[in-house]
Amino acid sequence: MKKYRHETVAGIFVFIGLLCVAYLVIRLGEVSLFSRDAYTLFAHFTSVSGLRIGSPVEMHGIEIGRVEAMEIDQPNQRAIVTFRIKKGIQIYDDAIASIKTAGLIGDRYVSIDPGGGGDILKPGQIITETESPVDIEGLIKRYAFGEVK
Amino acid sequence: MNITRGKTHTSAEKNPLPLISLLGRRAIYVIQDSGALFIFMVKSMVMIFQPKQLPLILEHIYSIGARSTLIVLLVGLFTGMVLGLQLFHTLVKFGSAGVLGSAVALSLVRELGPVLTAIMVTARAGSAMAAEIGSQRISEQIDALFTMRIDPVRYLVSPRIAASIISFPLLTAMFDLIGIIGGYLTGVLLLGVNAGSYFYRVQSSVEMEDITSGFVKAVVFAVIVSTVCCFQGYFTHMQKDSYGAKAVGVSTTSAVVLSCVLILISDYVVTSLLL
Repeated sequence: MKKYRHETVAGIFVFIGLLCVAYLVIRLGEVSLFSRDAYTLFAHFTSVSGLRIGSPVEMHGIEIGRVEAMEIDQPNQRAIVTFRIKKGIQIYDDAIASIKTAGLIGDRYVSIDPGGGGDILKPGQIITETESPVDIEGLIKRYAFGEVK
Repeated sequence: MNITRGKTHTSAEKNPLPLISLLGRRAIYVIQDSGALFIFMVKSMVMIFQPKQLPLILEHIYSIGARSTLIVLLVGLFTGMVLGLQLFHTLVKFGSAGVLGSAVALSLVRELGPVLTAIMVTARAGSAMAAEIGSQRISEQIDALFTMRIDPVRYLVSPRIAASIISFPLLTAMFDLIGIIGGYLTGVLLLGVNAGSYFYRVQSSVEMEDITSGFVKAVVFAVIVSTVCCFQGYFTHMQKDSYGAKAVGVSTTSAVVLSCVLILISDYVVTSLLL
């Protein structure tokens, strides 16, 4: 035992260090979140200003997914956003996706009102009703130039 | 390949411009010295992959990494605690104490973790490297190794560099985590930030890029610290104005000072390259 004391202590050190690295990478780096147990939905917006890939998608204030991709649909002049939504979350075809801001100067996120009137959306389908973010700068400009009565 | 440090030229004839030539002499010395350091680094990095290095590397992981764990954890805990305290009082002015978690976690993972770990390990293990190799040099043990046809760079320097490259990122990871816990202690338990929002902010703000850039820095610092400290110790006998035991002290001092300066300079360079 005494002969291998240094090796043992070095081994314990490396083991604990690797555990810390793994925790940092997996928990904080979010390497594989929702990768398997998720399905894809799409939505069209006129503007996705401030939204980022990886922004949270919430329903009733609870995170149910993330923004996976954002592309421009040039012929129709709009933005297509791809969501990854947790499996088991049911969203109906009259759902409303709106881009909101957390707090006054916080990050943008997508809030989904699940609806409830029609059929349940299948993976790959499109949320038709959307609300683009409130343009605070534009509002202030309008207020400053007296267009708001 | 034999590496030597730069020698300065001295002659008896009259010097027409003493100050200018002094400047030139210093410049040539610095350039030769950094060239020697670079060759030393490349040679000892190549020697890592020679056979039978693993037991030596393990021994040095024990002395460089495992025995630095306690001091790194202590420094990390208190760094996190003071960050929590300071940032809370700044953030509360803007009414956004909730983002304390992201402020603490990002500054630890990106900057403070790698830099403070490297400086603490320089103070603990880097000085020991320089002093140990330096006293082996002045007691002619390195020459004895050479006569026994054992390459002293391979036997003394390469395992230390390899052990540093392994230990520094691991110590940095420990520092980051214990620092986040320290921020939790002051921010949540002492000052009353919501615990859920602290950990949510920590998780949501730290991205994979931040973590990789922290580890890239840790590896760069490992190479710099171990190379500089071993270099200073290895060439203790070529000190200009001191010899013997005094030279060991001088080379230990210059190893620590040079390592710390190079850590901070290379931190800036690496950050600007990665951003």
